[in-house]
Amino acid sequence: MKVKSTDRILVWSLRAASATAGSLVLLILCFLVLESVEGITRVGAGRFLNDPGWHPSQGAESEFSLVPMIAATIASTIGAILLAGPVGVLAAVFCRFYAPPKLARAFRSIVELLAGIPSVVYGFWGLVTLVPLVRELAPPGASLLAGILVLAMMIVPTVALLAFAALKNVPPGHLEGATALGLSRWTTIVKVVFPSAASGLGVAIVLGTMRAIGETMAVLMVCGNITKVPSSLFDPVRTLTANIALELGYATQEHRAVLFVSGLALMIMIVLLVFVQERLQRRARLA
Amino acid sequence: MKHSLSSLLLAAVLPVALVACAPSEAGTTTDGGLSGKLTLTGSSTIAPLALEIAKRFEERHPDVRIDVQTGGSSRGISDARSGLADIGMASRRLKDGEIELTAHAIAQDGVCMILHASNVVASLTDDQVRAIYLGEIENWSEVGGEDAPITVVNKAAGRATLEVFTKHFGLDEKEIQADVIVGDNEQGIKTVAGNPDSIGYVSIGTAEYSAGSDVAIKLLPANGITASTASVGSGSFPIGRPLNLVTFGEVSKLQRAYIDFCRSAEVHDLVTGLYFVPVRTAQ
Repeated sequence: MKVKSTDRILVWSLRAASATAGSLVLLILCFLVLESVEGITRVGAGRFLNDPGWHPSQGAESEFSLVPMIAATIASTIGAILLAGPVGVLAAVFCRFYAPPKLARAFRSIVELLAGIPSVVYGFWGLVTLVPLVRELAPPGASLLAGILVLAMMIVPTVALLAFAALKNVPPGHLEGATALGLSRWTTIVKVVFPSAASGLGVAIVLGTMRAIGETMAVLMVCGNITKVPSSLFDPVRTLTANIALELGYATQEHRAVLFVSGLALMIMIVLLVFVQERLQRRARLA
Repeated sequence: MKHSLSSLLLAAVLPVALVACAPSEAGTTTDGGLSGKLTLTGSSTIAPLALEIAKRFEERHPDVRIDVQTGGSSRGISDARSGLADIGMASRRLKDGEIELTAHAIAQDGVCMILHASNVVASLTDDQVRAIYLGEIENWSEVGGEDAPITVVNKAAGRATLEVFTKHFGLDEKEIQADVIVGDNEQGIKTVAGNPDSIGYVSIGTAEYSAGSDVAIKLLPANGITASTASVGSGSFPIGRPLNLVTFGEVSKLQRAYIDFCRSAEVHDLVTGLYFVPVRTAQ
């Protein structure tokens, strides 16, 4: 009987814990929506796209265009994943199929260490090292390109570790079959491993993308934070996350409400990505 | 048994953690003797100073709790007005629309232009600074420097430093053509120190401290007057700003006591320690 009662306590406390975790996400979402509704009704949804610029604290003459920030977020994320995706996947391939076991183990611990470095450290390094280098190419240095490079460095470890896990999940039978057929290692990887691990690799890239979208501190430090739609890689930009971090503490009234709207915009992007990731994962499980 | 213990612990900790997140009581003050709680919100420039002073104040009055939160001068003003804070902090003069509030200056600060230490330009007139920030002058060669494009560093919206700057130079925030926008003074200094062709503006105290500790920036004089805490103190530096504590309506005994303490000679060491200039109060 005693065992049963402690069991019940365990079950209920587990239920309470998961209910708390689940309701926290819902609470955050509700809170974001509630705060945003105020911003949307007071300012008007159209103005987020049609206003000429972002000048949020000018009283009646305020302008609330979110277009430059949305463009910056999309551009920096796509840029980062274009760089980090192939590098991360190829690093995982090397680690899984080419590297001697000792080297592979060392390599993996380095990558894990990289994944653990706080983003503000990447940002600081970017500000004092990367930005001056970019400035050599084209001033002012703090730019979309600097942001892409820092983001790419930050998400390479995430992509590499997840891709490695995906490659490890390829059934051994596939590999043995390929060996028996006398296929070269590269052919095996391209024709057998990649198709089999495609969904898992997709998940790795999507999770990397999510990390890039949400990243705040590092991009705040290296991107220049100008609210203009970039026309080249060397233009300074401000992402949605940087905008919130830069201004929320100083915002009142409409300005504050609009920052919550930009938070909601970010949340929607993430929800879409989670949806894609779920689809990929389900396919990975079926494969 | 081990499992049940840890699950019990978990069940016990969860509600506590949730309660800890609940907002604390609004500051209340009581009459007679000094006890109660003061909440200060506002300027991130003043907050470190207010916090240091609050520590010393609490040592002298053990029944008093002082809570200092940052959020910018505008937040300080609006919280003081709405009663969310007992005292607001604003690192600028009050505007015309804020006359119903009372400002109590606790220190003086200045805002100065900074360049990279290697820049050959030794001074800029107000008109030149204005033209640079409006994008009319885009190369250092136009103001006696080398042939290099100017990187204009500006502050993010809502910062008091930005307001002091735009007011002094008669600029409109919307017209400024910046290349980089920074948040706090530290980020401004790092950005300018990392880019030999940049120009920015920061609090004089922070700039003086950084330049003194071998950061590659230099402070530009304004109208021929050297930018330093000394010239701010003498009142000769033209871009000055008071660091104000702001109250709304009747001032309680505790509020009065804390504000007087902030303005007294007893905290001058804390004020100068943070590179601000103490106010000269009538002795």
